[in-house]
Amino acid sequence: MPDRPEDQDPKVTPAAAEHSGQGGTTAGAGTPTRPTLADKPNEQHIVSSFDRELETVQARIMKMGGLVEAAIMDSALSLEMRDEELAERVRKGDLAIDGLEEMIQEETSRLIALRGPTAVDLRVILTVMKISGNLERIGDYAKNIAKRTTVLVQVPSVSDSASALRRMAREVELMLRDALDAYIMRDQELARDVIERDLEVDQMYNALFREFLTFMMEDPRSITPCMHLHFIAKNIERMGDHVTAIAEQVVYLVSGDRPDDNRPKADTTSVTS
Amino acid sequence: MNDMTLMDRKVTTGTVKISAREVQVFYGDTHAIKDVDVDIEDNTVTAFIGPSGCGKSTFLRCLNRMNDTIDVCRVKGSIKLDGQDIYDSKVDPVQLRARVGMVFQKPNPFPKSIFDNVAYGPKIHGLARNKTELAEIVEKSLRRAALWEEVKDRLSAPGTGLSGGQQQRLCIARAVATEPEVLLMDEPCSALDPIATAQVEELIDELRQNFSVVIVTHSMQQAARVSQKTAFFHLGHLVEYGETGQIFTNPVDPRTESYITGRIG
Repeated sequence: MPDRPEDQDPKVTPAAAEHSGQGGTTAGAGTPTRPTLADKPNEQHIVSSFDRELETVQARIMKMGGLVEAAIMDSALSLEMRDEELAERVRKGDLAIDGLEEMIQEETSRLIALRGPTAVDLRVILTVMKISGNLERIGDYAKNIAKRTTVLVQVPSVSDSASALRRMAREVELMLRDALDAYIMRDQELARDVIERDLEVDQMYNALFREFLTFMMEDPRSITPCMHLHFIAKNIERMGDHVTAIAEQVVYLVSGDRPDDNRPKADTTSVTS
Repeated sequence: MNDMTLMDRKVTTGTVKISAREVQVFYGDTHAIKDVDVDIEDNTVTAFIGPSGCGKSTFLRCLNRMNDTIDVCRVKGSIKLDGQDIYDSKVDPVQLRARVGMVFQKPNPFPKSIFDNVAYGPKIHGLARNKTELAEIVEKSLRRAALWEEVKDRLSAPGTGLSGGQQQRLCIARAVATEPEVLLMDEPCSALDPIATAQVEELIDELRQNFSVVIVTHSMQQAARVSQKTAFFHLGHLVEYGETGQIFTNPVDPRTESYITGRIG
């Protein structure tokens, strides 16, 4: 038997535990209370090894999700605390995330070739593949933020935008947490809630965009840091989009249908003068 | 990160149970098996796949000398079970078949009671000293074949009165009752519905704990689902033999690829 879902709890890095103490936002970030497949009794297959393989590949996604959640928070924290060491750890940690994605890729291809999954089993495999891709992208954005952090610590900080960015990252991390919980619990409602919440992230991004624009107009010396900060804000906004895509996969997994794409779009910065 | 290895089926024991070298089989003038070398591992499910007439059943039947019963059939080369040549003149084929059991395509229960079907092998091989022991063997075998719960209240009913899937599991119980070391299965599920097939496949996976299982199947999906190692036969040749996941995701030989993707055969 592969390890049981206890192993799915996100690995709490020292940094992740640290910031949960400092963060003034809701719910502790390091809380290792992810629901597991065991909480959601499914009908068993007659061939029990198939169940074990499906469980394992989903446990792998949860593990990857845990690492990505920590990467999001740690990258934003390294920026706020101007902590180069932490930034470096985030950059190195991306290797593990990429490794998991590769592993999931290989395992899903085996599952398709060997098991010929159908109906809900097929949707599990397809969503696992897509979600691992989304998580990998989020991990890349976190790595990119960490890279920019190492540049930003060389120059004076611009206002308190780093805290605003961390709040935004916090929001995205909570969305990701809920999206992954929704995945394991097969909870469509929670997934739809996550999709709605992306609007707030978009609004936060818009506000920051205007703020950076103002700084740059006021003082050209702030252009370099503001450009980096803007890319960071954009990265976090894109993370939110990937989390939304994960939540959409949950809806597809449970219902077999794609969610309607009629949610309001708040990102209108591209047309803002 | 490697604390969860998904594919416990990747794990092979590495212990060779049956070792075949340069095996040739002739039916009269027909050269049915050409130079087959294969090592079958212990505690592993090995699947033989290939188009009709490729020799996979013939080769399977060599492994417990079932081909001895066919007059025109000649077997050359060496097949060793635990290092001992099974075609040695000192080997008694009946004793050999107690060690290397077989389950056939069609369920073929004896026209006897369910109990006697399973008890027959242990009786003739003297595996039970008294009636209690015999009853224990029968129950254990029926449990292993996942049939006990369904038949425990009617052990004296005729075995032929069971459903097809139950009959096949009865034959499996009969085959495991003599505690064979290797179980040969020649298309054990081709006469079964999907549910009974799934039950037999689950059973095969459990049997792997104690036996080495070799299964011939026309269903590539079945080979993919149940086996750890897969051997592809074509026109009497063993074309490719490898880990099942590798065969079905990335076969080496172009003929294997053509067959499993449905381009030849």
